[in-house]
Amino acid sequence: MTATSYALQRLSAAVLAPLVLIHIIGMIIAIQGGISAEEILGRTQGSWLWGGFYGLFVIAAGIHISVGLNNILSEWTSMSRGLVAGIAHGYATLAIVLGFRAVYAVVFA
Amino acid sequence: MNEQTLEVDIWRGGAEGSFQHFSIPRQDSQTILDVVTWIQRNEDASLSYRFACRVGMCGSCAMTVNGRPRWTCRTHVSRVAEQGRLTIEPLRNLPVIKDLTADLTPFFEKWQGARGHFKGSATRHDEFAHVLPDEPARQAASAGVECINCAVCYSACDVVSWKEDYLGPAALNRAWVAFNDERDADRKGVLQAVAEGGGCMSCHTHQSCAEHCPVELNPTAAIAGLKKASLKSWLRGGRTS
Repeated sequence: MTATSYALQRLSAAVLAPLVLIHIIGMIIAIQGGISAEEILGRTQGSWLWGGFYGLFVIAAGIHISVGLNNILSEWTSMSRGLVAGIAHGYATLAIVLGFRAVYAVVFA
Repeated sequence: MNEQTLEVDIWRGGAEGSFQHFSIPRQDSQTILDVVTWIQRNEDASLSYRFACRVGMCGSCAMTVNGRPRWTCRTHVSRVAEQGRLTIEPLRNLPVIKDLTADLTPFFEKWQGARGHFKGSATRHDEFAHVLPDEPARQAASAGVECINCAVCYSACDVVSWKEDYLGPAALNRAWVAFNDERDADRKGVLQAVAEGGGCMSCHTHQSCAEHCPVELNPTAAIAGLKKASLKSWLRGGRTS
């Protein structure tokens, strides 16, 4: 792990920690309140605040996945550096694409 | 087996090999090095192992004893024998030359890789450097400078066993000492050397090095210091990778 990847992993974790908490607390409140999927979508559609919130979530998660998976695979498997980087970056890219697709569906579609 | 006898299994061979069993007499104040030496002198002269000073100074006699890396000259049998039994193997994480002798080449190559050597710039015409003993940098250097290079920490480290290019606790501890030596002419070079892929950032802070270090140094703390310094340098846009 280089100084750059170490810094990116810590910074992305620092961003993710409050976002995950807000997300989980929001989910619990929504479910406890008994609101339906339509009602939730009604509040998120067109909301730049929720779009920004989950957009940041997706970017931070993508960075965290890329660095973390790279580290785990390089320590626990005998795969070459190139293959490890390819898998880690590929998986992170997939997560980012699917994440933004979900953000688009919940906020803008 | 009785109280006067030790049952000892010793690794014989190289990377491939097997344990050989010996029953040897128990003696007062007997160390693990005494056990190995007794076997070589009385049972099998072909047994290979390494030692020099016998008083915990040179760091050459480290072996794995009952599963833990230890300096054998200062490890008493009474402290480590389990029901009169000992299993003695070469150090983990290093190639085995023969029997209990590990090849320390990778260990010292990584020492060099971590920029562990002093780079001076002063000449004989310059004043002596005045380093005050209570300065924080001097105290950080003092905390790690007594390493005897026994490779016990290197053998105990899980990250070394997972990651071939990881520099390891001893090399990084040495780098931390060099980084805190204000006479060193290239302290940024130390940070660059340890911020590469196999450098300080790969440490998982398991603290096995600190747990096993026979001279009670704390390489984990040294590595944490390097991480902090590397991160600060990165945030300032320094050239650490």
